[in-house]
Amino acid sequence: MATAAGDRLSDLFWRQPRVLLAVLLVPPLLWLGVVYIGSLAALLLQSFFSIDEFSGLIDYELTLKTYRELFRPANFDIILRTTLMAAAVTVASAVIAFPIAYYAARYAKGRMKAFFYLAVMLPLWSSYLVKVYAWKLILAKEGILTWAVDGIGASAILNAVLSIPVIGGNSLSVSYIGTFLVFLYVWLPFMILPVQAALERVPQNLIEASDDLGARRGQTMRYVILPMALPGFIAGSIFTFSLTLGDYIIPQIVGSSRNFIGQAVYAHQGTAGNIPLAAAFAVVPIVIMGFYLWMAKRQGAFDAL
Amino acid sequence: MHSDRAPLGLKIAAFAGLAFLHLPILLIFAYAFTTEERTYQWPLPGLTLKWFAVTWNRPDVWQALGLSVRVAAISTILALILGTLCAAAVSRARFFGREAVSLLVILPIALPGIITGIALRSAFNIADIPFSTLTIVLGHATFCIVVVYNNAVARFRRLSRSMLEASADLGANGFQTFRHIVLPNIGTSLLAGGMLAFALSFDEVIVTTFTAGQQQTLPIWMLEELVRPRQRPVTNVVAMVVVLVTFLPILGAYYLTRGGSETAGGGK
Repeated sequence: MATAAGDRLSDLFWRQPRVLLAVLLVPPLLWLGVVYIGSLAALLLQSFFSIDEFSGLIDYELTLKTYRELFRPANFDIILRTTLMAAAVTVASAVIAFPIAYYAARYAKGRMKAFFYLAVMLPLWSSYLVKVYAWKLILAKEGILTWAVDGIGASAILNAVLSIPVIGGNSLSVSYIGTFLVFLYVWLPFMILPVQAALERVPQNLIEASDDLGARRGQTMRYVILPMALPGFIAGSIFTFSLTLGDYIIPQIVGSSRNFIGQAVYAHQGTAGNIPLAAAFAVVPIVIMGFYLWMAKRQGAFDAL
Repeated sequence: MHSDRAPLGLKIAAFAGLAFLHLPILLIFAYAFTTEERTYQWPLPGLTLKWFAVTWNRPDVWQALGLSVRVAAISTILALILGTLCAAAVSRARFFGREAVSLLVILPIALPGIITGIALRSAFNIADIPFSTLTIVLGHATFCIVVVYNNAVARFRRLSRSMLEASADLGANGFQTFRHIVLPNIGTSLLAGGMLAFALSFDEVIVTTFTAGQQQTLPIWMLEELVRPRQRPVTNVVAMVVVLVTFLPILGAYYLTRGGSETAGGGK
């Protein structure tokens, strides 16, 4: 009986592949469409509402007033600060990621290759909060970094760095340098993996051809390998940039009291109860990422993928 | 030819990079044994096993752990179903909007977590859904779909069409083919995807802060402790246990998919 029904259903699917396609697609699309896109739409809609300054209630009339708020100096500083941090983190992680990815892609073979893969995967997947916590331990004034710096007699240098205005602070754990280090640490694996994947697609014979034509190692790197690795860097930078833009926990735990976009969103939707402004702030990373992706596409970064 | 051996500088930079990735995690392990209660003093003044017992007897830790496991398990099951359906559809047919579907699946993880979080929160508010385990699961399942999808879609692409046709020629209906041909072929990739989804959900904090009510998942518990430390040594122990627990599914997923890709490479 059950097989008969199964047979008939399979026949239907065979004759009408579109029906099967629909059956397969409807549940996930319903989920993502309703739960996710619906939520995003609700968020976007709320950013066009405004808050009444006197009553503190939400005014449900569509307006751009809340977006104008974003350009007030205090708010605009937050956006600028977050974007600069995201850019710094992206550049630094590209610099640190490259040797790891290059070694893993070109020189590591067999067991060594598996070792490198796992050595990147494990930190990538270890608990985000534990990683942040580890840095709280490292950067604490009484922690291991101060101890190590003292040990090599470099405390004068550390103090000099900390006394630099803006990026310095009382100790590393309450300075932008600290925030930057934690961001760099937490998102670095997201840069390594795509760069390594891109480097592995560079054909060996191109490198040999470059050698044969008399290129020095640096020239081969500059004119053959790096251009071909560019899509990997772009893919990685999308992660590091986007993740830094949206994070609100790292700057809250390690950093100065000055806010980042994520903290502004969190504060406005929570204690302040200004949902429209929170929504408008949340739209900022979407717009920046949209612009970023568009630029990357214009530069032809996706053609090589 | 100079491409066989790595330049020394490159080797040093690569291994220094790996050390940078791993030393902080190892440090957590050391701190779990410290005798110091109030500061993060280094070098550790002494070693003790006391905090493991203290943590073991903390009901709040157990509650948070229980909730995290429940949420991760339900979200993983939902993500497995939805992600597999999506992967099957995208890999078997070309249809209008196919690219849009892959984009839609990736979006919840491509956009910063805070956006997913606040979007869900405002939607729950508008729809008048009270915050509960259900709302946490709704959020987690949404961004877990993509890991299952990514694993499954790669395997579906390798699944040869002639096998399905052979199965049909031998008289199997669609469900029998699924049970006896498709499932054994994609099984390990689903298991791997499921493990990664579990790890992702178990660790998620940003979306959860927006979709949880009064309940605490383990990451929320840890966040509380980070912002307002109550008993630092207990946090150290929990952190160490979390690292060990998340390593297992990652290693498992790696070994499962590694075998798969090797056989596929051999078949080519």
